[in-house]
Amino acid sequence: MEIQKAAIAGTLESSDAQVTVMPGTNGIELTLESSVMNQYGRQIKATVLSVLSGLGVKDARVKVVDKGALDCTLKARVECAVFRSNDMSAKNIPWGGVIK
Amino acid sequence: MINAVGRDIPDELLKDGKEVYQGKYHMDGKPFKKAGPVTIRHEKPQESKVVASIREACEQCGAHDGMTVSFHHAFRNGDYVTSMVMKVLIEDMGLKDLTVATTSLGSAQDLLADYIEQGKIIGIQSSGVRGRIGEVISAGKLKTPAIIRSHGGRPRAIETGELHIDISFIAASTSDDYGNAKGTGGKHNCGAMGYAVADSHYADHVVVVTDTLVPFPNMPSPISSIDVDAVVVVDAIGDPTKIGTKEARITQDPRNLMMAENCAKVIASTPYFKDGFSFQTGVGGPSLAVNRFLEEYMVEQNIKMGFALGGMGGNICDLMDKGLVGKLLDTQDFDMKAIKHLEEHPDKHLEISTSEYASAANKGAYVNKLDFVVLAALEIDTDFNVNVLTGSDGVLRGAPGGHPDTAEGSKCCIIVTPLVRGRMATVCKKVVTVTTPGDCVDVLVTDYGIAVNPRRQDLIECLDKAGIEHTTIEALQQKAYSLVGTPDDLEWEDKVIAVLEARDGTILDVIRKIKPLQL
Repeated sequence: MEIQKAAIAGTLESSDAQVTVMPGTNGIELTLESSVMNQYGRQIKATVLSVLSGLGVKDARVKVVDKGALDCTLKARVECAVFRSNDMSAKNIPWGGVIK
Repeated sequence: MINAVGRDIPDELLKDGKEVYQGKYHMDGKPFKKAGPVTIRHEKPQESKVVASIREACEQCGAHDGMTVSFHHAFRNGDYVTSMVMKVLIEDMGLKDLTVATTSLGSAQDLLADYIEQGKIIGIQSSGVRGRIGEVISAGKLKTPAIIRSHGGRPRAIETGELHIDISFIAASTSDDYGNAKGTGGKHNCGAMGYAVADSHYADHVVVVTDTLVPFPNMPSPISSIDVDAVVVVDAIGDPTKIGTKEARITQDPRNLMMAENCAKVIASTPYFKDGFSFQTGVGGPSLAVNRFLEEYMVEQNIKMGFALGGMGGNICDLMDKGLVGKLLDTQDFDMKAIKHLEEHPDKHLEISTSEYASAANKGAYVNKLDFVVLAALEIDTDFNVNVLTGSDGVLRGAPGGHPDTAEGSKCCIIVTPLVRGRMATVCKKVVTVTTPGDCVDVLVTDYGIAVNPRRQDLIECLDKAGIEHTTIEALQQKAYSLVGTPDDLEWEDKVIAVLEARDGTILDVIRKIKPLQL
């Protein structure tokens, strides 16, 4: 998938993460802030990159502001932001396909 | 040198007889000569010790560069006096190289963070290090490592002479013109002043700071005029409504209530739960709620509490008013209700010093008679070591308080905490900082199950007999990691920013400067 336009998913509530995706041209440019950076920063980065790769996103500027979200939450927020950037979040989400 | 809880203590800290932690009761039975202050004789007739200003009191007491000053924190977040006095010493008098030895620090003393950054304050000795002060110390801006002690460790350090105080400034709700001072009867009451008592006995100079001058004699009082050099009257010493962020209320959170109920079950299953038993809880949500469930067992089995110990909230006062508690031995009050209760029940709500409460250097502190203590934790590891000082990000943001003292002294120490908080695993493989050694911790109650320290086979039998399910702490830790993932180890620089003393004065752990993760 390509990032068609800027899109956002998630909140800044505790245990959530806010993910913003924007069109890019230079691979995945990730900026990450996290309240649990020192202990989970590497894992959060790996999770975000793996979800983007699973969705076939090759170029994007991605900003994650994490407030201690669990991995499942983080994945869902990234997926939702990417689908919203393609206006595909309202229907026909490929449950069981790329969204596992 | 590696100590008994597996922490590497730098050799340069092990001088002047300083030892590493060697397990509980290591110092038991050791004789020592108590330190004494350099005091002064007043023989001439003297009508009053009231002076016009804090500065005048400081000058009278010989305030100088490099000295150590002390404060108490009974007003907690509502304290005005610490900042007020430090401002006079540093900004008005231009003093530097000061060490602040206070019983705890919080957001009310944020101003001190500026003085640390300016290099005016070069030493901090405290129980709590929170807020901005915690951040600047964690960032390595304090010239010497902070020394963190428990509420019992502090009077111990004063009594043995490791902490010598040049001038102690004691905020008091009322004082007479001679310095008999207490925490009740004034405009702004803090209640019990247990923290300040050792300072009043052992500091070279003592200044009472009050906003309510009352006629002589203001007695009985925890601070005696024979220890006081000067009395200063200011507009306001503190805001008692900020002592607790809110009146201590019983939590309605079902998770906390479930844990509290299980705590009470564990307590009721032990042989120590009998008429005349003794008890302490912290004021955290689940700890406090234990009172409510314990009350049911007490009424049902016709058991009364002999005494409750430590910091008091309205909750335990209610239990006393229902006739279920014999005496309250009170070091500090956590809310307005407890302050009022202390004032109204001098026969059974009794003020004690922190030395009486928990010092490990006297002939028997009251914690040594304690049956149960229920405590919270930021982290607890599979060796039952507890951390209540550093956040999982490695930054100072807590306080050992009476945690290590009551854990070691009591017959049954119960830690109650949720298994995870957000993404942080409370039950983990290795706590960031050991503030209470695992050999003092007996039972862990979480929302995912109960674990008993294998050192306490007797308690395991009690739980089995009562049909209370329990598991291992390793199983709880694995459950936690399965929910939140396995955390990476924190990375540290070599620089030690704080030294954590065990209650007996040995070095339990050090806190180094955190190396933030850069991706």
